[in-house]
Amino acid sequence: MKLETEPISSLTILYDNIRWEEKALYEAAKKRGIQVDNLDCRALFIELNEANSHYKNKIIVQRCVSYFRSLHSTAVLEGLGACVVNPLHAAVTCGNKLFAHMKLMNAGVKTPKTFSAFSEESALEALDKFGYPAVIKPTIGSWGRLVALLRDKDAAKAVIEDRMHMFPIYHIYYVEEFVKRPPRDIRAIVVGDAVVAAIYRYSNEGDWKTNMALGGRAEKCPVSNQLENICVKAAKSMDGKIVGVDLMESEEKGLVVHEVNNTTEFKNTVKVTGVDVPGLMIDYLCNFGK
Amino acid sequence: MLKCPECDAEIKNPLDSIEGEIITCPDCGASYELLKRGDNFDIKPAQDVGEDWGE
Repeated sequence: MKLETEPISSLTILYDNIRWEEKALYEAAKKRGIQVDNLDCRALFIELNEANSHYKNKIIVQRCVSYFRSLHSTAVLEGLGACVVNPLHAAVTCGNKLFAHMKLMNAGVKTPKTFSAFSEESALEALDKFGYPAVIKPTIGSWGRLVALLRDKDAAKAVIEDRMHMFPIYHIYYVEEFVKRPPRDIRAIVVGDAVVAAIYRYSNEGDWKTNMALGGRAEKCPVSNQLENICVKAAKSMDGKIVGVDLMESEEKGLVVHEVNNTTEFKNTVKVTGVDVPGLMIDYLCNFGK
Repeated sequence: MLKCPECDAEIKNPLDSIEGEIITCPDCGASYELLKRGDNFDIKPAQDVGEDWGE
């Protein structure tokens, strides 16, 4: 949604945890003379039927770390006329790896070869055809949680059997090829139509996952035209305004996108690249309605 | 000055502290969330990481 207004003079940061990122955004806004309100989503209660909500036309930066809190509060606020970044469509799509995969594929963005199955039996049958090793991921989840490398059928049976005793979302099987790549992936921060910074994320020794939350290390990654084009296309396919795009350097296919994050973290990106990512985000938001 | 409820150590909050910020006890490593009480800050235990937390 675009607002027909002057450049903004105030914005709201919706949070449930003030981490480095939220504080950096707050300080960047203050530095630019913008009135910024930090709104604790945990303290929020909203009448859903208000025609003229207090939130109408407000610019709200969605920064909740809880995905479901973020998703549902975005739905409420956007429904009441607020301009939430990122919008609901991005939150729904980015937050579900399967939904995101289909959007990326239809936008012509390369992704790892993936299958989905909807029962224990069909998942195991598909794996027989797909081959091992493979990577099973929850459709909803972050920071590498419950992502498992399936080296053989015994491992697959064990993981899939465990999932049968979990909440039904875990009975939707999303399985990627184990991409042959250097021991790193790329996190690129997209703000509007540009990649403002990117890092390589290296996995810890003895681990194959590259998530920073698991203790991997970061290095600056040059932003090539190719990288930027892919990332912007990926972000646009999901209506993402400010997102973190994760890519792998596949030996076979080149750059493939495996995730788009709608409440992206950027502490390590700032630390490693020196780019003022929070400042650029606020600048973008200031001109959002222009 | 804030005191860690776990180990009784002194916790200094930064001068530019804001409500909701997470601070860590320098002695025992326990995490706390800052609460505004008038002009001062208080602390409460930080939330446990949720199953749906992430990016």
